[in-house]
Parts: sequence; C-alpha cells; structure tokens
Amino acid sequence: MKSLCLLMCLCALGLASGCGKRETRVEVANRQQILLYGNKAEPQDLDPHVVQGVGEHQIISTLLEGLVAEDPKTLDPVPGIAERWEISPDGRVYTFHIRANAKWSNGDPVTAHDFAKSYRRILTPSLGSLYSYMLHPLKNAKAFNEGKITDPTQLGVRAIDDHTLELTLECPTPYLLHSMASHYTWWAVHLPTIEKHGDPYKPGSRWTRPENYVGNGPFILTEWVPNSVIRVRKNTNYWDAANVRLNGVDFLPIESIDSEERSFRAGQLHRTEELPNAKIDAYRKDNPQFLRIDDYLGNYFYRVNVGHPALKDKRVRHALSQAIDRQAIVETVTRGGQRPAFAFTPPDTEGYTSRAQLKFDIEGAKKLLAEAGYPEGKGLPPIEIHYNTSENHRAIAEAIQQMWKRNLGVDATLRNEEWKVYLDTQSATNYMVSRAGWIGDYPDPNTFLETFLSYSGNNRTGWANPEFDRLLQAAGCATNQAERYELLQKAEAILLDELPLIPIYFYTRVYLLHPSVQNWHPTYLDHHPFKHVYLEAAAK
Amino acid sequence: MFRFIAARLLQTIPVLFVVATLAFFMVRLMPGGPFDAERSVPPEVERELAAYYGLDKPLARQYLDYLGQLIRGDLGPSFKYANRSVNEMIASTFPVSLQLGGLALGLALLFGITAGVLAALRPNSAMDYVASGISMTGICLPTFVLGPLLILVFALNLRWFNASGWFDASDRVLPALTLGIVYAAYVARLTRGGMLEILSQDFIRTARAKGASEARIIFRHALRGGLLPVISFLGPAAAGIITGSFVIETIFQIPGLGRHFVTSAFNRDFTMVTGIVVFYAVLIVFFNLLVDIVQVWLNPKLKF
Amino acid sequence: MTQAPPVTESDTSLAMAEPGSSLWHDAWLRLRKNKLAVFGGVTLILVTLFCVAGPWLSPYTYEQQDFAQYAQPPSAKHWFGTDKLGRDQLTRIMYGGRISLGVGICATLVSLTIGVMYGALAGFLGGKTDAAMMRIVDILYALPFTVFVILLMVAFGRNIVLLFVAIGAVEWLTMSRIVRGQVQSLRKQEFIEAALALGLSRRRIILRHMIPNVLGPVAVYTTLTIPAVMLLEAFLSFLGLGVQPPMSSWGTMIKDGAELMEEFPWLLMIPAAFFSLTLFSLNFLGDGLRDALDVRTSKD
Repeated sequence: MKSLCLLMCLCALGLASGCGKRETRVEVANRQQILLYGNKAEPQDLDPHVVQGVGEHQIISTLLEGLVAEDPKTLDPVPGIAERWEISPDGRVYTFHIRANAKWSNGDPVTAHDFAKSYRRILTPSLGSLYSYMLHPLKNAKAFNEGKITDPTQLGVRAIDDHTLELTLECPTPYLLHSMASHYTWWAVHLPTIEKHGDPYKPGSRWTRPENYVGNGPFILTEWVPNSVIRVRKNTNYWDAANVRLNGVDFLPIESIDSEERSFRAGQLHRTEELPNAKIDAYRKDNPQFLRIDDYLGNYFYRVNVGHPALKDKRVRHALSQAIDRQAIVETVTRGGQRPAFAFTPPDTEGYTSRAQLKFDIEGAKKLLAEAGYPEGKGLPPIEIHYNTSENHRAIAEAIQQMWKRNLGVDATLRNEEWKVYLDTQSATNYMVSRAGWIGDYPDPNTFLETFLSYSGNNRTGWANPEFDRLLQAAGCATNQAERYELLQKAEAILLDELPLIPIYFYTRVYLLHPSVQNWHPTYLDHHPFKHVYLEAAAK
Repeated sequence: MFRFIAARLLQTIPVLFVVATLAFFMVRLMPGGPFDAERSVPPEVERELAAYYGLDKPLARQYLDYLGQLIRGDLGPSFKYANRSVNEMIASTFPVSLQLGGLALGLALLFGITAGVLAALRPNSAMDYVASGISMTGICLPTFVLGPLLILVFALNLRWFNASGWFDASDRVLPALTLGIVYAAYVARLTRGGMLEILSQDFIRTARAKGASEARIIFRHALRGGLLPVISFLGPAAAGIITGSFVIETIFQIPGLGRHFVTSAFNRDFTMVTGIVVFYAVLIVFFNLLVDIVQVWLNPKLKF
Repeated sequence: MTQAPPVTESDTSLAMAEPGSSLWHDAWLRLRKNKLAVFGGVTLILVTLFCVAGPWLSPYTYEQQDFAQYAQPPSAKHWFGTDKLGRDQLTRIMYGGRISLGVGICATLVSLTIGVMYGALAGFLGGKTDAAMMRIVDILYALPFTVFVILLMVAFGRNIVLLFVAIGAVEWLTMSRIVRGQVQSLRKQEFIEAALALGLSRRRIILRHMIPNVLGPVAVYTTLTIPAVMLLEAFLSFLGLGVQPPMSSWGTMIKDGAELMEEFPWLLMIPAAFFSLTLFSLNFLGDGLRDALDVRTSKD
C-alpha cells in the first residue's frame, strides 16, 4: 500500500512536470558545458594498464594524457605531457622532454620517472595486463613481460632526469608515436597513489575509485555509479586547463542501442555510441543533422578453417569469397555506409592500400569450385557459418548463406553461440567458417597483418605461412617506410592468395551527435580528444 | 510456529550449501573463461591472472577456499569489474531492484487482485470479459514490447518522463508500470481461477443462502481460499521481482541487480555468478517460508 | 443450465477416471454451448491448419530473400509484408507458428506433468518429505538458468529435445508450488479425510480426489505458462539453443520486431497478433473446459 501511495505521488509528479515544455537534459548540459556521452558498456575498470576495451578509452582519455597527444582532426601525434621530442637517426632512440608545468590532479609534478615506472608496471607479468604487448617495441619489453628477464633496468626505458625520458626500441617502429598518442597503455599512472591502495603490480586495486583517482588529464573523476553514470569534471591542475572548454563529461553506459537511441531522442544524450541499422534510413531522411557516419579502422570478415577437409583447397575458399556480393550486403543489410572489403587492411591506412584485391565474380567462382572437384557445389558438405549471437551478424550470415546457395549451389547452415562459447570454439578452430572483426590498435597496416602470423593467438584459422611470417618480421625492422610498406604489400598478397579469411566490409561508425557539439571531427579510430570539444547551444 | 520457522531456517543451510556447490562447479564447467576476449590473451598473462584469482589451484582447493569465504560472508572479488567485490556490487544494486520491484509488486497486487475478483464475481459477464481481456492483453505483451511502447508514448511523445536512467523520482514510473502490468496480469488470472473455485463451494453457497452480504462473503470467506494460488505463485515471483529483471533494467538503463543475473554468466564472472545465486537462494527460501506462513494463516485448518 | 444430476464430490472424481461416462458427454454439451470456448477451439484449429498446411500454398519459402523488397509493408504481393532481408513474412509466420505452437504445447505439457505430480505428492505427504521436496524446488529456482542451458548444450550438443528439457526444468517449479498449496488445503477437507479413513490407497486419493480438485488453478497457470514458454524459447535461441536461423519462431519474430516497432510496425504487429490470438483462444478454451468439467459451477 505504501509503495502504491508513493507511486501515485510519482505519477502526479510526472504529470506536473509534464505541464509546459521541460528543458531537456541536453539543453541544461549545454548551459553548463557538460557533454552527455553514451558510452554503451560499463567499463571494466579505469586503470589504463588493466583494461582492454574501446569504451574504456573514451573515459580514460579524459583522465590521463600521454607524452604525445592526438590532433583532434587527424589524430596525428602532437605534444602532450612532453612538449617536444627527438628521434635518433636510426629511429631506435626517442628522447622526450616533459613540460615543467605538467601536474597530477593532486598537484604533484609529472616526471619522467612516472612514465618509466608506469611502463615497468604494465610490463610486469604479475599485473596480468591484457594489452601489455602494445609496449613490446621497447627494448627487452617482450622478454621482461614474459618473465624471461627480471631486471627492469634492462628495459629500453630510462629517466635521464625529472624531465627527460629516453625510450630505446628493438627496431625502428614508424608508428610508435601514433601508438603512444592513441593508446592508453602508453599513458602514465600515479604510482604513489596506487601504492597507497595495495600492491601496484597486482590487478584489482581500488585506486580507480573516484575518491582515490589521481590523473594528469584534462578532467578528474568525480563520480562513478556502476551501470548508471561516470562523471568527470575539469581538472584545474591540468597544464593546459586554460584551453579546456568543457566543464565536464557524463558518460552514460547504456547497453541497449535501442534504449540509447531513444534516450538521444528524449534529449538525454549529446552522442550515442551506435545507431540501430534499421533507423539509419529514417535519420538520413528526416534528421540528417544528427546522423554521423565516420570511416572506422576495422574489418568485418569470416575466418576460414583451412584445416577442414572441405576447405583445405584454396580454390574453394576463393570460390566462396568471390560468390559474396559485398555491395549488396553493405547496401541492404548493414546500411551504414560501410565499404565492401576486397583486402584485409582498410584502404589508405596511413598511405597504405593493398595492391592485391579480391573480386566479386560468380562465373569465376563457379569455375574455381568445379576445378576443385565440386561442380555446382556437388560433393561439398554444407558449410557451417559460425557467429556470436547478434542480430546484425545473423542477418549477414543469412544473406551470405543465400548467396552461396544461389550463386554456387553450396549449402550452408548457421550456428550462433553466446560470446564466450563462440570465442572458445574459435580458438579451438572447431568451426568451418567463423565471423570475426578486427579493429586496428593504431593506424598502420601492421596492426591488421600481424594477426595472421603463424604464432599469433589472433590467427585462429590454422593457417601458417613461413614466407608471410618472414616478410612481416622483416618489415618490423625495415629502416624506411617505403621499404616497409613494400614488404607488407607482399605479405598481404600472400594472405589474399591463400585466403584463410574472407573480408566482407570495412567498418564505419554510425552514431548520433547533437549539433550543439563543436570541434568534433570524424576520425578513423573514433577518438575525439575531449579537451578540444565544446558545446554551443545556439547552433541548431 | 517458532519451531516451524526455526526448522525452516535450519533447512536453509543445506539449501545454500547445495546451491553454492552446484553453482560453483557449473560456472567452471562452462566453455570459455573469465579472461577470454576477442583479442587473444597471451598464455603467460592468463597464468598470472589465474594465479591472482586463485584459479590455478586444484579445483577441490578452490572450492574449499570458497566455502570458507562464504561462511565469513565474503563473496570474493568480481573477475570482470576489477576494482569491485561481489558484496559491494550486490549491496549497491539490490536496493535499486528492491525499490523497483516493491513498486511493481504493489501495483501488481492492487490491480491484479481487484481485476481477478471482479471477473470471478460474475463469470462470463461483461465485467468478466473486460477484466479478463485486459489481463490477457497484459500477458500477451512481453516486457520487451511493453517497455519500449510506454517509452514511445510517455517519454518521447508526451515528454512526461525520461527515456532511460535512474536519477529522478519520476524515473521510477515507467519501469515500475512495465514490470507491474505483467505481474498484475498473472495475479489477475490466478485470482480469478482461485476465486471461481472457492465461490462454487458449499460453504459459500451456505453463506449466501444465509443472506450474508456480498462484501462479507468475498472478504471474510472467499478471498482466503481464493488467493491461495496467487500466494503460492508469489513466493518465487516476489523473490524474482525484487531482485530485478534483466529485460527491464536493460531497456530503462537501471543500475539494478537483475541484469547481473544474466551478464555475470555471460562474462564468466565466476564469483559474481555464485554470489548472486547464493543471495537469490536466500531470498527464495525466505519468501517461500513467508508464503507457507501466510497459507497457514489463511487456512486455519492447516497447522505448522 | 442443464439439469445435471446431483453428484457428490467423490462421485465427480470417480467419474472423471471413467471416460465415456455421461459426465464427459455433459461436459461436451456444456462446452459446445459456451460461445467463447467454441470460438477459441475453432480459432486454434484454424491457426494450426494455417501453420501446418499454409506453407504448401505459399509461393515463397521462409528463407528466400529479395533485397529489392527490403522491409516492405503489407501489399498484394506480400500480404504480411517483408522483413529486412526481403523475405515474405506470411510464410515465415506459418513456419514460426509450427515451432512456437509445438514448443508452447509440448514444453507446457512436460512442465505440467512434472509440476502437478510433484506438487501433489509433496502437498499430500506433508511433513519431512514435503520439506525435502520443496527445498529441492528452492534449489532449482536459485540455480542460474543461463549457465544451465549453456552446460546442457555443451554436454548434449544442439538438440531439439534439449529445448524441452531446458524449458521444462524451469517452468514446472511454480506449477508444483501452486499444486502443493492447493493440495495442502484440500487435504484437511472432510471428503479427503473420509477417503483416508476408508483406507483408500494414497495413489488413488491423489489421482482421483486431489488432482481433479486442483484442476482450476492448474488450468489457469497452464494458460499462463504457454506464453512464457514461447517467449523463453526466444531467449534460448539467443544462447544458440532452439530455432536456428534462417528459420524463426513467433517468439524471435516478436523479439526482433520489438526493436523495429517504429520503422516497420508490421514486423512486430503481425507476429504479435498471431501470438495474442492463439493465447486468447487457448484461454477461452481453457476457461470453457474448466467450467464444463466443474460440476459445481454448473449447478448454479
């Protein structure tokens, strides 16, 4: 009864507030310069050395800043905590000069030692960092990370003095600065704070609670209600605080993309993480001012189990690939401006476009299949398409199933699995064809191609090619970019000839953005450095 | 009665023990581990994480350790949310679900019982058809349809409420309605069935023949027996309703306990799954005990 | 109402066990007079026919895609419109109905049988046995369903039988508690005490006297179980158990349609209409059957 009275009061309250047009959350937030950001997933943690997700990046990037930061338009490396740097002529030694006015949010100065200790922390095996391999270009980092050497002084990281940090690399790594700017594993944490809350070399520390968090970024963590909201507010100790225009960001982890879209429409969000693909057309037609479609550095593809008797023959794999009408898939099924993928590396990844290209050619596919001994698909067992449960993956699989049937006479069945079962099946290569996606960690073809190294845990197709491995390793230590890209071209050509994967499309990010958000640029990593963003309510 | 309750509380111990044991082993038998991710985890990293969470020990050892923790009331750290313990997560999310569930339950009982009694009083009358029709519609509308529908009407068109979130008092209305309507429909159908059964029994006819007022018949005699199916249904249903609903908490973005029932299993968050299951078991036992007490209270012929 | 011969409680239950007696005949007559029940029965038969025979008449198959027909509203060519892959929704509803009706009815029967038997036994025996049996139910309630289903699939592969096991395993629990509650209160009633005093076997008492007298609430809860089962099936197909795409069931169609209610309302409304029509019919028929079989009501 009591609860009922309460409810009635609430109803009355709701009715009362309904009278007269309410100011939406977005309108209020515009006045306060608070960005309302749909972040989709509740972050696992906010420790840059522990987490692994893309959603975590957005939040952590408000709290921490690396030596190098991202240009808001191009994501090219610009000075961050380091005001300048030098690279040795052989490309193996980087010297960073940390700005004197860089401070942690508790007032401590940011020093080269903070970075040195942070890098040692993430590479310490006991921390169990899932992303520590991002730092493997550093000298001896891999060996230290794997516990083969235990002396941290052998790492290619040295604080020369409080303001000078020297990094020594195994090989010249042309994408190093990009990686340092874009990826949170390269950012520093405040070790004294972490030490206060337990062993800094173990996961599960509570230093990331709002009451404990110390960062060096443009914002500080003020509130974290799991599955509800994470609030960050302006950090007055930030070295460039004068140029930060937002007063804060509220991250709303709205898991359901349909709920997120409705929240946007109700004026509760400035930005959604995604947009359901059935809604894209309507926005395009009626509300194009909200719709954003940005190219994204990622590939949606099918892995092929090359060990499976029916798929051993690369002609079969090519036939399957050539029979897929990728254009129809992106136009009818995904509808979000995705580009059909005829190679693995997205076109123009830092100036690299694969020369080798696949094609859509039904006649050719039929011929290949016949040559392989399966004319009209006869004799070929049904191909099972394996995917993790999601409406989008299912629709694509259903479309491809029909294309194979119609174009080749090949039967296919579908098998969906819940996420972790799906991962388990995939790592055990216990499938025929399995849906996959790969999002680049940094803008360089290497982040894609290295996944197909014979010893990479991300290969999962049973495919191994010594020449491919050799080319990639050689590219890793190539001295100039042109030579390096040439090696990668050759490697990609091998990959696309052997075809242990069937690329389908290159991702885009489709989302809603309120027009009051300013200085927001489309970037291929979906990074939008928040220190540059601001809100202008007048813009309609 | 005290003996009865004491005996039941004693029975709770083996129940919790069995539940914890089964859940402990079930989650570990599932394919996929807590640290599996799209990007492969290097074996040495996996080893370190396993060691940190004690997953490298022999299973029997892990189990005994877990039981030891459980006796002390410690449900362990969450594997997925690195800086939180399961106790903290339940403590912060359960009140939310309790609040939502309490409101919904109140609604469900009020509307459900009223509709059910009205329908049963004149079976096959217009009133019956209206009341039954409404409750049947409630059953045919799953929460994942009803929720978005209410949001479209009341949040997006009329702009009375927010479309999601759990911040203002008004944010409670739509989710409580959605959850309440579904349960109200169940309660209404069960009440109608139970009441029809009772109203046709001899003692009611006797009472009618004696000229007792309709109100007296309903409230003094019929409701007692007629609500029995509803009460039986409510034991587990109440435990379910106050621990939250995955669908509703997802649609309305509510930081409740309900969504963890499903997501913790998907995340292979071993401690979280087991912790929630044990917590839920306590509630189930409690509510079923409550139901048994109410049953005796409603039917004086029964004894403890 | 018809002039049914006065029957005592125990006569009723005895009669129920003897098919062909005049009671069944009377019940049938009463049922036929109940317009709603007749409507429900006829509709159910029509829906079943539509799902079973319909696909033979349809020019489309459930999997045939036509990208040019992306999500078209109902038209002369596609009476119920098309879905996002340009498939004919009419045909998909027919196939989906086969699955949903099959699962709804079979899984409900499974849970009905287990639940009624278990609940009646526990309620009748009472005491320690009852306590033990009900604590087992408590345990089963608490176990994580998602984990259970995933384990089932690991152990036995994806098998349609598993679908019934998984659904049956959860849905009988509440049924058993309801039946137990009813039986407990019945047990104290005079006619049961009399039967006990007469030395009738327990089996006989449970089957002939208890169960028939709890049929009312059981019938109601059964009609509530069917929609729950059909929707649960949609969740199970999320886990990979149950209907495999490109086939779909009403449950999965409603689930997908719910997200498209603004853009393509026919993708929600038409499957939901079939779902509701079936449930309403089942309820009308169920209520009618209950009334027809309940001699006491008929005397009023």
